[in-house]
Amino acid sequence: MVDMSINPATADTLIAAIAQDPVKLGVSDLHISYGGAPALSIVGLTVKEHEIFGIIGPANAGKTSFLKALNRMDTFNPNMRVKGEILFNGLNVRNLKNIYALRSRIGVVFPLPVGLPLTIYENVALSPRLRGINRTGDLDVIVERCLTRAALWDEVKDRLGSLGSLLSGGQQQRLTIARALSQEPDLLMLDEFSIAVDPVTTMRIEHVLKELKQDMTIILVTNLVQQARRLADRTAFFLAGECVEIGETEDLFSGDVKDQRTRDYVEGKFG
Amino acid sequence: MFAESSLNVRNKRIQNLFRILFLIMTILLIIPVVAILATLIAKGGSIISIDFLFTHPTNGMTAGGIFPALLGTVWIVAVALLASVPLGVAAAIYLNEYAGDNWFTRIIQLAIINLAGVPSIVHALFGVGAFVIFFGFGTSILAAGLTLAIMTLPVVIVSTRESLRAVPQAFREACWNMGATRWQTIRRVVLPNAVSGILTGVILEVSRTAGETAPIMFTGAVFFLPFLPQGVFDQTMALSLHLFVIATQVPGVPENLPFGVALVLIAMVLLMNSISIAFRMYLRGKKKW
Repeated sequence: MVDMSINPATADTLIAAIAQDPVKLGVSDLHISYGGAPALSIVGLTVKEHEIFGIIGPANAGKTSFLKALNRMDTFNPNMRVKGEILFNGLNVRNLKNIYALRSRIGVVFPLPVGLPLTIYENVALSPRLRGINRTGDLDVIVERCLTRAALWDEVKDRLGSLGSLLSGGQQQRLTIARALSQEPDLLMLDEFSIAVDPVTTMRIEHVLKELKQDMTIILVTNLVQQARRLADRTAFFLAGECVEIGETEDLFSGDVKDQRTRDYVEGKFG
Repeated sequence: MFAESSLNVRNKRIQNLFRILFLIMTILLIIPVVAILATLIAKGGSIISIDFLFTHPTNGMTAGGIFPALLGTVWIVAVALLASVPLGVAAAIYLNEYAGDNWFTRIIQLAIINLAGVPSIVHALFGVGAFVIFFGFGTSILAAGLTLAIMTLPVVIVSTRESLRAVPQAFREACWNMGATRWQTIRRVVLPNAVSGILTGVILEVSRTAGETAPIMFTGAVFFLPFLPQGVFDQTMALSLHLFVIATQVPGVPENLPFGVALVLIAMVLLMNSISIAFRMYLRGKKKW
């Protein structure tokens, strides 16, 4: 049974913890499996505040499972088992009672954009509304700010009342990003966001991400090695359910690696 | 290069054979519908008038109108709706949005399926036992409406679940990922997009309820009443039972009278079905994904 109540005390401790800890995310001894089949094991991994943390690796490496564990998406899937410690702002998300407060602090963008069947305006205003912001003036400000930051405002400002789910793929992906930003997250997780997006839009979003780094921590899962190189401060290489290597992105790409498999993947020899 | 081989010819012939077969089946399907409507209009159409609809029966129900029966049917259907819709929709939301797949929900599912298979006369006896006697409503509009509600509940639940299931799971997960609770997700995203399907199902159910006879004849509908019902604890006449009575129990009824009543009943059902279809088409035009 899921706990339906939002406990303001827990939310406060979360927010208090955010202010102090420079380490955004500490993962140790993490094991994820689906119906008994192991999907990902991580001995230790840290994401620092205000960095873009890239995760690269071929399909089935466990990249998406990692994001799902952070956001407690295991509660959606009865087959998914997560063991180990995930400290988000110093609190173990595995023991967190108030997963709603946790999720509202973490924005997620998936490979395929999910425009909710609401107007463009309401897509972005939904999260503020869930937090109890209902005054039209306040919502207008948030909607404009988030759409602008997601590089979508100019294209949709004249038709905020039309349906978000009818936008083009690339626009929907930016709408999804605007929606994630409307949560005012302190962690933004993007899972192969550019898979359904044209190269020009991809570049625009990448530019946006670099700016967003000022305000939040970003985890960027990508199967485009060069995208990680362009954006990430540090990068982890996942392979077949194992975190092979974590390092400064430049080190990884200049060949300064501890594991031969990382070099091979980065150089495009497999994957 | 594109000359027809014998295989092509054979495939084409078989394809035509099946197309014609299916067409014949479809036409056969329409025949009874057309035949029923044509008979009713031919034999009962002459009696239909505003007076027929809005006056009381006279001369031992061999003449006059059908107003008490028409009004009674409206009453009973309204009670049935008010009871079955909130209950059925709530149950469907629970089963589809909250409940996991465990022995408890499976037993509930089984119960619903079985409830749908219970013959209407058994529902009638249950209604007598439960509503007329146990709850002490007596034979009344309330007891008859509640009996019909129990009978239509499975269909309301099933059609509501279908509408909820048609809302893509990705919408729910996107909403949950923003920190929304289940209820917030249901209220903001799931229900607004399922409501058209739910309403369509409900309207279709109403039309079926209107024609039921057995469940109401022991629980609230009566042979003849000289006055109109004043509230839900009164007995009432009903169209379906009235038709049965004048067709089989009363001597000297002119032929066009029962056909006229049947025509009104059918027209009511068709009208509601048409509203339901029009509504569905209107909402499909506004489809959001």
